[in-house]
Amino acid sequence: MIQNIPQGVDYIRILPEIILSIFGMIIMVVDPLVDERHSQKIIGIIALVGSLAAIAATLYQAQYPGLAFWSMVRVDSFSIFFHFLITAITAIVILASYEYMEVQQIRVGEYYGLVLFGAVGMCLMSSALELVLIFIALEISSISTYVLAGFRRRAAISSESSVKYFLLGSFATAFFLYGVALMFGATGSTSIPAIAQALQTGHAPVLAYAAVALMFVGLGFKVAAAPFHVWTPDVYEGAPSPVVGFMSTAPKAAVFAVLLRIIFEAHAPASLWFIWVAAALSMTIGNVAALVQSNVKRLLAYSSIAHAGYLLIAFAALANNGIPAVMFYTAAYAAMNVGAFAIISHFGGAGEKYVTLEDYAGLGRRSPLLAAVLTIFLLSLIGIPMTGGFFAKFYVFSAALQANLVWLTIIGVLNSAIGAYYYLRLVVLMYMREPKEEAAIRPIPVALGVALAISLIATLYLGLLPGRVLDYASRSVAELTR
Amino acid sequence: MSNWLDTWILTLVTFVPLAGGLLLMIFPRRDRDIKVFAMVISLLTFVLSIHLPGHFHRAQAGFRYETDFSWISNPNIHYHMGIDGISMWLIVLTTFLTPLCVLISWNSIHQRVKEFFILLLVLETALIGVFTSLDLFLFYFFWEATLIPMALLIGMYGHGRKVYAAVKFFLYTMVASTFMLAAILWLYAKTGSFDFVQIQNAIHGGAIPNFPAAAQWLFLGFFLAFAVKVPLFPFHTWLPDAHVEAPTAGSVMLAGVMLKMGTYGMLRFNLGLFPEQSRSNASWIIVLALLGIVYGALVAMVQPNMKKLIAYSSISHLGFVVLGIFSFNPAGLDGAAYVMLAHGISTGGLFMLAGILYERRHTYEIEDFGGLATPMPAYATFFLFVMLASVGLPLLNGFIGEFLVLSGAFQARPVYGIIGATGVIWSAGYLLWLYQRVFFGKVKHPENESLPDLSVRERIALWPITVIALAMGVAPLLWLNAIEPAVQATLGPITQLASKVVGQ
Repeated sequence: MIQNIPQGVDYIRILPEIILSIFGMIIMVVDPLVDERHSQKIIGIIALVGSLAAIAATLYQAQYPGLAFWSMVRVDSFSIFFHFLITAITAIVILASYEYMEVQQIRVGEYYGLVLFGAVGMCLMSSALELVLIFIALEISSISTYVLAGFRRRAAISSESSVKYFLLGSFATAFFLYGVALMFGATGSTSIPAIAQALQTGHAPVLAYAAVALMFVGLGFKVAAAPFHVWTPDVYEGAPSPVVGFMSTAPKAAVFAVLLRIIFEAHAPASLWFIWVAAALSMTIGNVAALVQSNVKRLLAYSSIAHAGYLLIAFAALANNGIPAVMFYTAAYAAMNVGAFAIISHFGGAGEKYVTLEDYAGLGRRSPLLAAVLTIFLLSLIGIPMTGGFFAKFYVFSAALQANLVWLTIIGVLNSAIGAYYYLRLVVLMYMREPKEEAAIRPIPVALGVALAISLIATLYLGLLPGRVLDYASRSVAELTR
Repeated sequence: MSNWLDTWILTLVTFVPLAGGLLLMIFPRRDRDIKVFAMVISLLTFVLSIHLPGHFHRAQAGFRYETDFSWISNPNIHYHMGIDGISMWLIVLTTFLTPLCVLISWNSIHQRVKEFFILLLVLETALIGVFTSLDLFLFYFFWEATLIPMALLIGMYGHGRKVYAAVKFFLYTMVASTFMLAAILWLYAKTGSFDFVQIQNAIHGGAIPNFPAAAQWLFLGFFLAFAVKVPLFPFHTWLPDAHVEAPTAGSVMLAGVMLKMGTYGMLRFNLGLFPEQSRSNASWIIVLALLGIVYGALVAMVQPNMKKLIAYSSISHLGFVVLGIFSFNPAGLDGAAYVMLAHGISTGGLFMLAGILYERRHTYEIEDFGGLATPMPAYATFFLFVMLASVGLPLLNGFIGEFLVLSGAFQARPVYGIIGATGVIWSAGYLLWLYQRVFFGKVKHPENESLPDLSVRERIALWPITVIALAMGVAPLLWLNAIEPAVQATLGPITQLASKVVGQ
């Protein structure tokens, strides 16, 4: 049959993935050929070009919506949104890593290659309609990040981080796979539209409930939602800072995309209560534990747990408000968190020496620009109006209110008040304490400056004119819930 | 031209200081130029704001100088600005105090001068924005936006336990305002609008489902945010800390304008949106206000620290404002609005005077002074004048407002008036006693003997305060003329309600 053979347009519908893979492979080939002293520059530029080409491919792809490869992949505004987000994060992280790798004296080698391969997996997750394909994409993305977490080879803590992440992570993906298998048993298919049909026509079997619960465990681990969050602080603390910026945003966005598909598109029989509990737990544990941290990376690790909790609130809400809220939140969170970690990686210095809160004392005087930009990111993480973080929380909470989740909203609002305290503690340290030691701060290199400028502009844009992004995200509601 | 200006004047007044602050960012670090520029910007803002009372038509109903266009479509946020007589004078108060703050900070800020004036100008924009916004979202934004520059002013330029004070100030007010945010979001969820006028119409028209059940909680959500800001007893504990550690300009803005955000909010939102709940909750609120009046005054009496004394006197004075607001009659509300302005002028003046002394001696302890009238006669005279204004001496600004509030309170219930009136006596007590200990007698400490009297710059900063204090005392109608219609508009639904109850 003629339609069984993939056609040209099918390849366009996975064009960003193809481009990222090709560039990843080019890096692997080029790496041994170039002199080590120049490799940083050359390979970094190749990676940057690759991610920019992927962004361009995403924009191009937007004109060809539809199914591809035997209905395993669908390009629609939902997938375009996440493709754009993930490739943009990739580009910013590559820019931010540029100087970092040099300062840490890490041989770049496959670093950029892994970042690109990871992005392939994440992009694919957002457009895949087939649970098995989602699983493969999840593994591609996870394995890259496991390795990336251990990239500070000389630091024991980084290896610890990598091993911990790998062991717990593979355990969690096994849960996901188990869930996929049970879902197949319950509905006879692994294709999301087919599952949706099967679940809608008949009475949802108990097996389907178990399947969704198991998948939620696997995915909950990836987004660091409580009670599957225990790995997060250790892994974030040990992994290289730009990598943390990457893995706290891009894979999360992709996994949330999968979760959206499973819960809203497959009409999975998700009992509200376990999302409810996971959301409340994540927010509370994340925020309370962050209060007592003395290491900035651990602090932001707990903050990311809390943010996963806010995001989950939207999953407990109704589709037509919840879906855009989730999408907006992942974008806003990516902008502010990638930016914050870019600053942390710059300020950390060789061997990431300066990562305790005390080290940030007096940063407002030592580097006014860096401190001001970090302050804006922190204000956005708190959710102060005019920053992306505010509208992200706003949409989530109003979606929850419209679904009459009053208590969850109250827990969320109280948690944001607690959260304000520890972010502000950092601001207070930067502006109101004298510096402990006057270690000179290196001037901001161009690549990092560009990365910071992009994340700053994105944070403020989402805070001042959120309308367009939200309207775009709202289009996905119809696509997912048809 | 005039039409164009009427539409955009509020935007101009609000954002000129911010624009000035942004321009300052790219200024070279030449302190003198920075100060001159900040002065020019704040004076320009003041001149612009004078347009507001200049073209205010008393007869016109509703809000003046309105601007309204859609800013964000989802959520439905409008850039809606507009003022009535009450908010107008609060805006002018803000623009009036800011140049004086620049002047008074001329020599007292030595480090990070550029950041100081940027923060001051940003703060001015945020404060004016609070009074101009008619969109609840916009209002909430400006409300929160005042916190950041003020906390930084306290934390970076204060003295003593400045960080503690800044963080306490921030957290207290921020946590309280999240309750207001929750109430705003509820209203938005039910009406699909953040617009003050639309929500008000919807509430009065009974068009909101479930409103009667939720109204009490909404009222409390708003009220808590405002009560902490005022601060109403027992939410006042952040205020003395913040004041004592703040730099002079910070104290002036904090006491002069920021506390009024709370009382303005009660007037506009609690009374405006929830007249029924305002009435049913009035009795315990008045009790808290009276407690604040008496408690603030008594605690002020025993303060060894001059600035703390003035801070507690603010708690007492702001108690009068709340008392006036919740007595629901024209006299009480007129008085409340008037006390807000008068307290801004006279307490702002007192903090400036305390700051002048601090610059010379680096202490606020009353013990460290005594007999200052001998080395500093001009200073002593200004202090006496401003202090008497604060006490409420007839012919000065404090008297008119307190008199109106007390007569309003008497109308509401005589006992309110009686207890409130003791506050006037207390305030005379602690302020006159303060004056006696600082200025009269022999010079107790030899280092005070050679203190220089006021410089020309300091005189220039103090003259406007005294002139306005006198003018407000002699010709109150200049101000009340514009306040009166706004008060009538606010009271309208409440008196209707009362007559309905009586008619049954």
